[in-house]
Amino acid sequence: MSTVWLVVLVVGLATVALKATGPVLLGGRELPRAVASVVGLLAPVLLAALVVTQTVGGDNELVLDARLAGVSAGAAAIAARAPLPAVVVVAAVATAVARLIA
Amino acid sequence: MSSPASASTSVSAQRYRDGVRAALAVAATVSFFGASFGLVARSAGMGMVAPVVMSATTFAGSAQFAVSSILGAAGGATSAIAAAVLLNARYAPISISVAGLFRGPRLRRLLESQLIVDESWALAARGGRFDRRILLGAGLLLYVSWVIGTAVGALAGDALGDPKDFGLDGAFPALFLALLVPQLRTSRAAVAALCGAAIAFALIPMTPPGTPIVVASAACLVGLRWRP
Repeated sequence: MSTVWLVVLVVGLATVALKATGPVLLGGRELPRAVASVVGLLAPVLLAALVVTQTVGGDNELVLDARLAGVSAGAAAIAARAPLPAVVVVAAVATAVARLIA
Repeated sequence: MSSPASASTSVSAQRYRDGVRAALAVAATVSFFGASFGLVARSAGMGMVAPVVMSATTFAGSAQFAVSSILGAAGGATSAIAAAVLLNARYAPISISVAGLFRGPRLRRLLESQLIVDESWALAARGGRFDRRILLGAGLLLYVSWVIGTAVGALAGDALGDPKDFGLDGAFPALFLALLVPQLRTSRAAVAALCGAAIAFALIPMTPPGTPIVVASAACLVGLRWRP
């Protein structure tokens, strides 16, 4: 088997298992209260972490580039109560323009 | 005058329509992102079929991009697999957070759980609770967009141009920010989010990609001391 197919197979199986963890092992059962109050915070915590890693994340380093301009423009659009599609477009255009200028 | 029951139904229908509208916008972005994955993966020497198979089985953008960049730089299978598994490790806690929405036979739960992806999960989040219809509906829409996008990108090749020229890499963090803001209604959520962001920021220079997000999820432990 080639390296590419080996990686595709193993990563696919691992991801299927990771995504199935909760639904297959716990499925339908209500979580204990202490656990529920912890996982209830996952959405804000992981989204905040994703915003940070996707804005300034690099390979073992902080990278400040055009993405920062895009996210700032997106934040301004969010503050102005723009709908989600507009936020995405504004951020993409600002990133592209900042990259063009830089 | 409407009864309380019908009033609450119309509120949930309104939320559902909002969810669908938001999912359509996200799906458009995801299909472009899928096309750029197909393009990048092909130029990294993964061929045309493997990237599409990977999108259909892995369905997680950041891990797939990491794999293509490692294989493209002639990195080994082991480091590509390690990076991808680390990047996707967050799906264990994420899937536990929505476990209550999955019912029925084990195989059905296994198949439906594959529609969990950052964006469908975030769209389905409603102040600490999750909406099953939005999670699965948005998940299916995003899955189709991602796989078709990948196929288009892998087939079209360089004709599409460099995805960075379109600023897509700056659009995604903005999208996650837009999905985060409605989550910050309570002060405990805001504090936890701030802790998570701080942990991720501090770990970026010290750890391989993926680790900062996994460790940041420890910020949820704020919930143990501070119940709603």
